[in-house]
Amino acid sequence: MKALFNIFIFPGFLFLFVFGLSAQFFDRRIYARLQNRQGPPWFQPLADFIKLVSKEEIIPEEANPNMFKAMPVIALTAVVTSILYIPMWSPKALSYFNGDLVVVLYLLTIPTLTFFLGGWYSTSLYSKIGAVRALTQLFAYEVPLLMSILAPALLANTWSLTGMATFYSAHPGYWLFNMLGFAIAIVTLLGKLEKVPFDIPEAETEIVAGMFTEYSGRFMALFKLSIDMETIVAASLLAAVYLPFWIGNGPAIGFIVYLLKVLFIIALLSLSRTVFARLRIDQMVSFCWKFLAPLAFAQILFNLAVKGFIIK
Amino acid sequence: MHKVVIPIGPQHPALKEPESFSVTLSGERILAFSARLGYNHRGIEKACEERTYLQDVYLTERICGICSHTHSTAFVQAVEEIAGLVIPERASYIRTIIGELERIHSHLLWLGVAGHEVGFDTLLMYTWRDREIVMDILAQVTGNRVNYGCNTIGGVRRDIDPSQTKDILKAIDTLEERTKYYIDIATKETTLIERLSGVGKLSKIDAVTLGAVGPTGRASAVDRDVRRDDPYAAYDKLKFKVVTDDHCDVYGRALVRVGELMESYKMLRQALKEMPEGPLTVKAPRKIPAGEATSRYEAPRGECFHYVKSNGTDKPERVKVRAPTLANVQTVAKMLEDGQLADLPIVIAAIDPCFSCTDRITLIKRSGSRGPAKRMSWEDLHTYSIDWYRKKGLDFTGLNEKLKKWI
Repeated sequence: MKALFNIFIFPGFLFLFVFGLSAQFFDRRIYARLQNRQGPPWFQPLADFIKLVSKEEIIPEEANPNMFKAMPVIALTAVVTSILYIPMWSPKALSYFNGDLVVVLYLLTIPTLTFFLGGWYSTSLYSKIGAVRALTQLFAYEVPLLMSILAPALLANTWSLTGMATFYSAHPGYWLFNMLGFAIAIVTLLGKLEKVPFDIPEAETEIVAGMFTEYSGRFMALFKLSIDMETIVAASLLAAVYLPFWIGNGPAIGFIVYLLKVLFIIALLSLSRTVFARLRIDQMVSFCWKFLAPLAFAQILFNLAVKGFIIK
Repeated sequence: MHKVVIPIGPQHPALKEPESFSVTLSGERILAFSARLGYNHRGIEKACEERTYLQDVYLTERICGICSHTHSTAFVQAVEEIAGLVIPERASYIRTIIGELERIHSHLLWLGVAGHEVGFDTLLMYTWRDREIVMDILAQVTGNRVNYGCNTIGGVRRDIDPSQTKDILKAIDTLEERTKYYIDIATKETTLIERLSGVGKLSKIDAVTLGAVGPTGRASAVDRDVRRDDPYAAYDKLKFKVVTDDHCDVYGRALVRVGELMESYKMLRQALKEMPEGPLTVKAPRKIPAGEATSRYEAPRGECFHYVKSNGTDKPERVKVRAPTLANVQTVAKMLEDGQLADLPIVIAAIDPCFSCTDRITLIKRSGSRGPAKRMSWEDLHTYSIDWYRKKGLDFTGLNEKLKKWI
């Protein structure tokens, strides 16, 4: 019973649904205000979702209907599952074991894979180009992201998110060592969530809507929803790994602090999508490998040094 | 990787007007590029021949929504040349002022579109917000935001009074400040420079051979500007610099356009200060004597060319329009050689295309199966359409009587 409640209501599907749509509103509003626009009203994301769900869905004749239909659901499932291992308002996540960090990162990779497969199996030219771009981008940002999250884990000497949260709340101030990794993780997150400057797979002026070109109706709504939820889960992950302070003051305060942390990370994402132009895929790949990967490696070396000399 | 041919257009988010491009790709690299014009043929040249000269002024104004003053001025200049009219000095200044205001709004619009094409929507929102200032000024001076209806044969229809002059000067001050900010962005923002520089290279020789005009040519160091080389309206009295650049890429084209914005502000200030008093029009005859004339005008997009032939009646015998995009569109294939798919939208946008204004002809591909071509008169076509609908089960004969019975 409790497990079902956790998966479907809190902190699973329903919570992510509400928070995801609110965060989308928050993001769009900040984006609009920074661009000197009014921005949408608060119910706009929900209205968009309802409209999409009620629309007719068209499956291309040449597409593989099973793959085409399954992909949005798989994306959503993977995202909802991964929230269960992330500590939110207390150092303890709902479910944890040593190694859940890797599981969460793996589950967060699945949506990108489903974007690729969904785009590939819809057989449209724009979708295929978008799909290939999504996969190319995955290979570029995934390694720096993994390395930058590995660094705090090395410092905490654990592979579990819950273990990391416990370590950092026992040693306040240690999270300051990881700020370089935080910056790298924010940049790679832009790639993961396909936002400007890394919205290359769905660059509308080049390839219409990229891998989502053929998607419509319910399936499109599910994809959009899973991206919104992925934003929340990824932001929660970053909040848990890089901003592990003020947790363990009881559920109420902890929850408010958690919401503020996530919204802060989303505000950072909105800000960076306001001030940059979209890069080309070749520029993106070389940027990730030439700058982000070495920097993430530097963070790992730094943390090893800290571990050797300060913590002992 | 195997080759794929992807269609860009006739309907595509990167294009603001229907136009068909087909791109052969190997991965992300462009191997071949071809353009097909003719989706917007409106028969304007023919329509001009059916109308009087005065009606044609308003029709030519509607060739383009952005450079409407361009086309009407070019047409009116040609007609005035045939009729031997010399317009009053004040009228020529007013034409210049509206022409420059139009250039400002067009270049600001381009800057926003360019930002959007490279995924920099913030630039779009900012420049289009500022474009409203100049649109409001145009509405205040002429009564309309587009299709100003300011020109008439033999002069202009509206005067600029001192309070409007004051408003224009105030708007220019604001815009100049904002434009400086955009120049700052264009020369400092890393991702924007990454996306613009080195993209869509067009050497000077290629620009000359392919006949690039306007900012496209000037960004490849082709020092040509009708305003200086063949002055019309009041441009011979204004001091200005023709902005050129030797970057030869999209970045250079952006720099030329923002540079021209700064020049336009200077020219407007000078023109408003030196505008002489006097009448606005000279009397123009209804029937224009037989003759022919060509007229050139430096539109925001480049040289616009009009040819008018008259036969002594109140309607022209022939009107020919060549919009600047027709001269520039050939260069796109050259610019895209060895390019990337991601650069295609910005390279097309960098010539500031205006496809609807360009289309003077439409080609209908004839497949062999439909039999040989045949000529049909208007009456034949009428009966053919009635038969065609009858075969589909729709009979419109006696429709009016039937409707009357219903009512």
